[in-house]
Amino acid sequence: MATTIWVGTRKGAFALKPDARGRRHRLAGPQFLGHVVHHVVQDPRAPACLLMAAKTGHLGPTVFRSVDRGRTWKEATRPPAFRRAAEGELARAVNRVFWLTPAHATEPGRWYAGSSPAGLFRSDDAGDTWEPVAGFNDHPMRSRWATGPGTPDGEFLHSILVDPRDARHLYLGISAGGVFESLDGGADWAPLNEGVAADFLPDPTVAFGHDPHCVVQHPARPDRLYQQNHCGLYRLDRPARRWTRIGEALPRTVGDVGFPVVVDPGDADVAWVVPMDGTSVWPRTSVGGRPAVYVTRNGGRSWRRLDRGLPRRQAWLTVLRQAMCADGRSPPSLYFGTTGGTVWHGRNGGESWQCVAEHLPEIYSVTVAR
Amino acid sequence: MLVTARTVRIASPLRSYTAGAAVVRAAGDTAAQVLADLERHHPGIRFRMIDEQDRIRPHIRLYAGDRELHGLEEALGRDEVLHVICALSGG
Repeated sequence: MATTIWVGTRKGAFALKPDARGRRHRLAGPQFLGHVVHHVVQDPRAPACLLMAAKTGHLGPTVFRSVDRGRTWKEATRPPAFRRAAEGELARAVNRVFWLTPAHATEPGRWYAGSSPAGLFRSDDAGDTWEPVAGFNDHPMRSRWATGPGTPDGEFLHSILVDPRDARHLYLGISAGGVFESLDGGADWAPLNEGVAADFLPDPTVAFGHDPHCVVQHPARPDRLYQQNHCGLYRLDRPARRWTRIGEALPRTVGDVGFPVVVDPGDADVAWVVPMDGTSVWPRTSVGGRPAVYVTRNGGRSWRRLDRGLPRRQAWLTVLRQAMCADGRSPPSLYFGTTGGTVWHGRNGGESWQCVAEHLPEIYSVTVAR
Repeated sequence: MLVTARTVRIASPLRSYTAGAAVVRAAGDTAAQVLADLERHHPGIRFRMIDEQDRIRPHIRLYAGDRELHGLEEALGRDEVLHVICALSGG
């Protein structure tokens, strides 16, 4: 299967194109050099179409669209923006478009976008024009669910998930704020954080205020969710509402802090994480300077270290929440990018790793396009 | 009422909207009017400078001649050039 790996960076977008045998990768780009690119996402319903969430240091946030697999791009006519604030109301403005999600297979052209500060937006014309989702952005509880820039890089709305069985069943994550669920297409939302730790809050049993870093839903078994949180790694099997902490099965010396979690499209019990140092002042780098990916093959009951080919020492990598993905092979190839501008390819489900690009700008996202 | 056509100097990060032009013409007696006319001729340019609440974005500065504008409704002098400046430091 021919795939392209899109790499969104703080200074533009790049594409890694493997050869037919998947042995070598050719780096193409940059495109939009100097733009802060948070996410590049292919539309599985119309594979020639991609959206890119971008801004520059100076300029406001926007979305670029391609209908030719990323060869050419055109800016959205109306990028995501909050509605005009009423007199005396908090006047919010999108600072970054951070996350992009194609909607349900039965809704061609519909996309969702998440922003910083936390906002949810919808497009019904393949990303050309965007409207705020009032059900979330104007929810009476929104100001309590998303309280502002409490995290170092600001507040993000991310991990917008669409249940493949039901277009109206949505999830999203807010850093910090928690995981929220909608059963009516985004008209109303409720917290879904039971069982998740919030060690940084005075009351760790709160209903919201948690810090999910990344939430994923298995495409073929949509009741299975994984969540990499600021306070550990979790699994949830719906219709249950209580998350189970599965990160405690990772070695205690490694811990279960990190940003991305990636699930095997072919097996809901298989998932990968990149543990990072969450001790003391929270360095968020490879534990002990020895990078490793961990894989579970039993839904998180046990984990195995995958580090063949990765640096053995003095490698202080950080992998952000959108910067790891799996392709559609069986077993999948994995890819992750670091804030130091290096992309690693893990063959055969991450059994062996090879550097496929280096010296890139700080990497924000690594996504696969078929 | 006659509206003044004036020169607008465009900072380099915004010239993708003006086909590379550093200087364009736009009509208006306030910054709001000038930017609205600019948007008509160069679609998309305004939102990159001005947010959805009509605030000038943090790293954008507007000058009428050598006078910095702090809001879009300030009147512009008849012959004043509107300068759009991008101001950001760091790597």
